[in-house]
Amino acid sequence: MFFEQLLNGLTLGSTYSLIALGYTMVYGILELINFAHSEIYMIGAFLGLIMVTVYKLPFPLALLITMAGSCLLGITIEKVAYKPLRKSTRIAPLISAIGVSIFLQNAVLMLAGPQARSFPAGINITTLNLGPFRISSLQLLILLVSIILMIGLHFLIQKTKLGQAMRATAQDKEAAQLMGIKIDQVISFTFAIGSALAMLGGLILGLVEMLGAVYMSRYKDAIAFAVLIFILLLKPTGLLGRRVQEKV
Amino acid sequence: MLKLDNIVTHYGNIQALKGISIDVKQGEIVTIIGANGAGKTTTLKTICGLVAPTSGKIYFQGEDITHKTTSDIVESGIALVPEGRRVFPRMTVLENLQLGAYLNKDKAQVKQDLEKVFDLFPILKDRIKQIAGTLSGGEQQMLAIGRALMARPKLLLLDEPSMGLAPKIVANIFDIIMEINRAGTTILLVEQNARMALAIAHKGFVIETGKIVLQDSAVNLLNNEEVKKAYLGD
Repeated sequence: MFFEQLLNGLTLGSTYSLIALGYTMVYGILELINFAHSEIYMIGAFLGLIMVTVYKLPFPLALLITMAGSCLLGITIEKVAYKPLRKSTRIAPLISAIGVSIFLQNAVLMLAGPQARSFPAGINITTLNLGPFRISSLQLLILLVSIILMIGLHFLIQKTKLGQAMRATAQDKEAAQLMGIKIDQVISFTFAIGSALAMLGGLILGLVEMLGAVYMSRYKDAIAFAVLIFILLLKPTGLLGRRVQEKV
Repeated sequence: MLKLDNIVTHYGNIQALKGISIDVKQGEIVTIIGANGAGKTTTLKTICGLVAPTSGKIYFQGEDITHKTTSDIVESGIALVPEGRRVFPRMTVLENLQLGAYLNKDKAQVKQDLEKVFDLFPILKDRIKQIAGTLSGGEQQMLAIGRALMARPKLLLLDEPSMGLAPKIVANIFDIIMEINRAGTTILLVEQNARMALAIAHKGFVIETGKIVLQDSAVNLLNNEEVKKAYLGD
């Protein structure tokens, strides 16, 4: 039982971390709390649902289309709501972000209605037996996809020229421009990737829900927050985070 | 090589530059001296396209670059070593230098240029893996200059390279600026340290509240009574 629960936690956690990665990427480059991120992830799930139920597309194809759609959505949000405010006070884009969030929420509410939807059980889930442990094929797929994406992202940011340009833009936009970096393009790209990650997270979460709620305490949220607060008290920079030192 | 024709630049409602005209010839070291807030940094930022002028024209090698993007201006051969050095603090020395060559797609050439920068600043080679934010002020200034050189500029703009550095290091940096100039790069140097700047420059402009009030050869400016009183502390 413990192993199964651990696996459930890992699956769900890796999904959330995909969403969080997109979120921190945008924060890192613009120092903007993108309140619309959660809506991108919600719309990602809805787009995926439409592709699967209305257009009856096979799952991988639905995934690709949804990814492209959310990249476009992310870029559009940045162009319309954040870019015109880039040189204004910090609070202005923040308010704009809340505005986008409210707008998208209500737009989907009008179009799709308030009732919860669920993905059709179209994917065959088999259970694999690994010795004494059991793991579902869906969980394995989710974990694999998450891990591959995280490694890919790490490679992109740390090893490629584009990643270097992204980090430079995050650290000093003016200096980055002086290197010849076109920061508008870099920012657009960051929104595209961040949104794609949010959408993937949203879609996968939708699938995870198919597995149904598994044996969990009623107090799971309380326990989770207690652990979170405890860790932040001991290590305010996070489990793996470190303090950044700069000479001025 | 570089010509500013009656450049006016605003920050919001404040007129920072009130019609600046300067010209820099190929191979020269030209300096702009003036007090804090006179418009020295704004002039350099306007040349690089980081702030847009309200009116006036900027020509580089005969071409109008007034409203080009910073990226295009850098590509045409102008590099700026910004005030306060502005190295990328959380990247290594090597990464900072690589970013300087961001627009250069010729990898062999970038490697050669890297060696040239290390010849000029041997200390950077020792610090190659170090995070730039942990370097000393003098080392950061060397890195900022090295990073700008990686772009293979024809014209190098330097904004207060002496700021916050010990006199010995300032002398070292100014020697290197002269060496860069001898190797064929034209230099436009903005300085509060007027004595040092005029000592290495061919020509100087004196800027006061957004206007050029005086221009002459560096030697004449060093002997000018007004300049002596206002900027050289005699």
